[in-house]
Amino acid sequence: MTLLSVRDLSVTIHDAPILSDVSFDLAEGEIFGLVGESGSGKSMTALALMQLLPHGARASGAARMAGTDLLGLAERRMCGIRGREIGLIFQEPMTALNPMKTIGDQVAETLVIHGAASRRKALAVARERLDRVGLLEARFPLDRFPHELSGGQRQRVCIAMAVALRPKLLIADEPTTALDVTTQAQILELLKGLVAEEKMALMLITHDLAVVAGMAHHVAVMQRGRIVETGRTETLFRTRAHDYTRRLFAASDHAPSRHPTATARPLLEVTGAVRDYPLPRTRPFGPHPVFHAVKGVGFTLHEGESLGLVGESGCGKSTLARAILGLDLLQGGHIRLAGEEVRAGHHMHRSMRAKMQAVFQDPYGSFNPRWKVQRLIAEPLHLLPEPPPDPKALVAATLADVGLSPADAQKYIHEFSGGQRQRIAIARALILRPKLIVLDEAVSALDVRVRAQVLDLLADLQARHGLAYLFISHDLGVVRAITDRVLVMQAGEIVETGATASVFDAPAHDYTKRLVAATPRLPAEWGHG
Amino acid sequence: MTGRASLLIGACLAGFFLGLALVSFVWTPYPYAAMDIAAKFAAPGPVHWLGTDQFGRDVAAQLMVGGRTSIAVAVLAVAIGMAGGVPLGLWAAATRGSLADEIVQRGTDLVFAFPAIVTAILITSVFGPSAFNAMLAIGVFNVPVFARVTRAGALSLWTLDYIRAAQVAGKRRPRISIEHILPNVANLLIVQGTIQFSLGILAEAGLSYVGLGARPPTPSWGRMLADSQTMMAFAPGLAVFPGLAIILTVLGLNLMGDGLRDLLDPRLRRRA
Repeated sequence: MTLLSVRDLSVTIHDAPILSDVSFDLAEGEIFGLVGESGSGKSMTALALMQLLPHGARASGAARMAGTDLLGLAERRMCGIRGREIGLIFQEPMTALNPMKTIGDQVAETLVIHGAASRRKALAVARERLDRVGLLEARFPLDRFPHELSGGQRQRVCIAMAVALRPKLLIADEPTTALDVTTQAQILELLKGLVAEEKMALMLITHDLAVVAGMAHHVAVMQRGRIVETGRTETLFRTRAHDYTRRLFAASDHAPSRHPTATARPLLEVTGAVRDYPLPRTRPFGPHPVFHAVKGVGFTLHEGESLGLVGESGCGKSTLARAILGLDLLQGGHIRLAGEEVRAGHHMHRSMRAKMQAVFQDPYGSFNPRWKVQRLIAEPLHLLPEPPPDPKALVAATLADVGLSPADAQKYIHEFSGGQRQRIAIARALILRPKLIVLDEAVSALDVRVRAQVLDLLADLQARHGLAYLFISHDLGVVRAITDRVLVMQAGEIVETGATASVFDAPAHDYTKRLVAATPRLPAEWGHG
Repeated sequence: MTGRASLLIGACLAGFFLGLALVSFVWTPYPYAAMDIAAKFAAPGPVHWLGTDQFGRDVAAQLMVGGRTSIAVAVLAVAIGMAGGVPLGLWAAATRGSLADEIVQRGTDLVFAFPAIVTAILITSVFGPSAFNAMLAIGVFNVPVFARVTRAGALSLWTLDYIRAAQVAGKRRPRISIEHILPNVANLLIVQGTIQFSLGILAEAGLSYVGLGARPPTPSWGRMLADSQTMMAFAPGLAVFPGLAIILTVLGLNLMGDGLRDLLDPRLRRRA
């Protein structure tokens, strides 16, 4: 039975069109996937249904749920619907919970607000809902605080909050994007189970085609505020009638053509690297407990080689990267770059730093917003013994190298899109012609099509300049596309290593097997291209 | 309001009062200390534009000369606070968790723990009451304010990737603090600066009130306010005019601060 029927939903913000004529239907017990790139209007559609649009936005059209038009309801009535009829799950579980309140109170709050139960009864329901989402009483009593939980557990709490009143419609906006793959698989399984059990409708908003393929009955592809294609998931994914859909698919499993440049000359040698952090004291004047982030890691990266480092958050990937870059001191072991010891702090010679550069994850936090691109890209030049004769020409050449125009040097960073910013970050890393570039989740924040372009660029630069990459990522697909060899890291140790394709096709270690199994992928028989 | 508009309006307001204070060096309608008992409590009019006080002194002249003291004290107090506090805050944030950071933080706690006005009284009574000592005393209390604001703003910046990129580019912490951190905490400092400026004018008024600021007959806006309060009932103008001068100057500086903040930020700057 049709639960929600959206017709010609259009949204403008200060007269700029954001959504145009979005129409779809949602039935009870059905999962509806809304896919598209960032800025395509997926989240705006959800916010419009909840009447939570930002200031200055105007919605038109109709969204009928059980006979009432959600768009026309007064704020008072809408408050009665949010949380009771429609539940919402956000992307970032780290900030979606109030750190000052216990998880029990937060789940019970929904019930109390809607006057559905007294506090005592609400807490009983909260207990039952938390059990349902897999947070059992023995380990997760109601008086736990959010900071005591991991990201996946917090997302479970958010789900428990959203389904506390058994809403008819659950909207999940990128519910697993911030989570590790193994956690993602569990959360998706949980959502599927809830839909089947409670006869809810689930609107799943995501950029990940593989996630949708495994979850949704129906799917709609959005581009620039319009639904360009909609239909049954399998049919749509098999036919790919619309050009944009085809391009999305092509980009999502894009593998750049690579020419092997790996040599047998070792460039980076890590032996027995240990990195410890002191944790806060558990009792006054007691000793600091120690957290072993990296426990005796050793590997070799050859000149011109592309080496992947995969693992889930908290496994020590980034800590290791910081040590390699000479930002943190090791507590044990050695890191050698081209035969010379890397030591953090003042001891590291400029000529050594010039041999390795880095590209970081966040295209928005990677640049000083008050500098022009010229100065941003030229920043590493001060590692040279004397300034280059013509820094402007050098920056212009480097910009051309990463596919941007030399005129971009006079712009500020906010004038660029995420993909362009990552190109600028690569230019900054490239300007000194280092031997090694450490890419720490460098394409993780990008949309699939932009990601494909940046991967092409990286492959091209490697072939032309003989660069070595240490490619750190949680995304196995990307690592497969760009690396020759891969290291799998778990809890501070490297558990498996080998040629990328063979490790992913025939994983030997249990952890690698779990990682590979948990990675969502499109069914092979759907992908005829 | 756009950055340009608020900067313009703010600059006009603040500039007007600063201009009056500067003009007073060469010209005032009457000598500011000249008494004319016969004309005491004159209403504002063509002879005395803003009226006269209980000694028949011209209020307009006093306002102009008083502006010199008030603005100088507040500006220099902010300058002292920034000169001391900003480097301390940058240093503390750059060496987060170190002994230096701990010393800066506990030091600011120590200064905050003393009631500002009591300590200011201590300083001025040891070194003698004068506008200069008042400025020094107020400035000392601005140091921990700016240290804390700078440190708080800088700490969040130190976690960003562009700081990491600068470290990978081999830059040391002092250089990163100056090149990357300082310009990005400038907006916080501008806003805090305008707040401390207005607090400075009021603090000077407080010190003058207890006789530890500007020495009579040197007027200041704060002293004029303090002197006039017993006569509020029958000569409200004596309190209203210096009060207005303080409010409008502070308002002008706040607008200027907002405008400056927007104009310095390339993201908020209107494209020409």
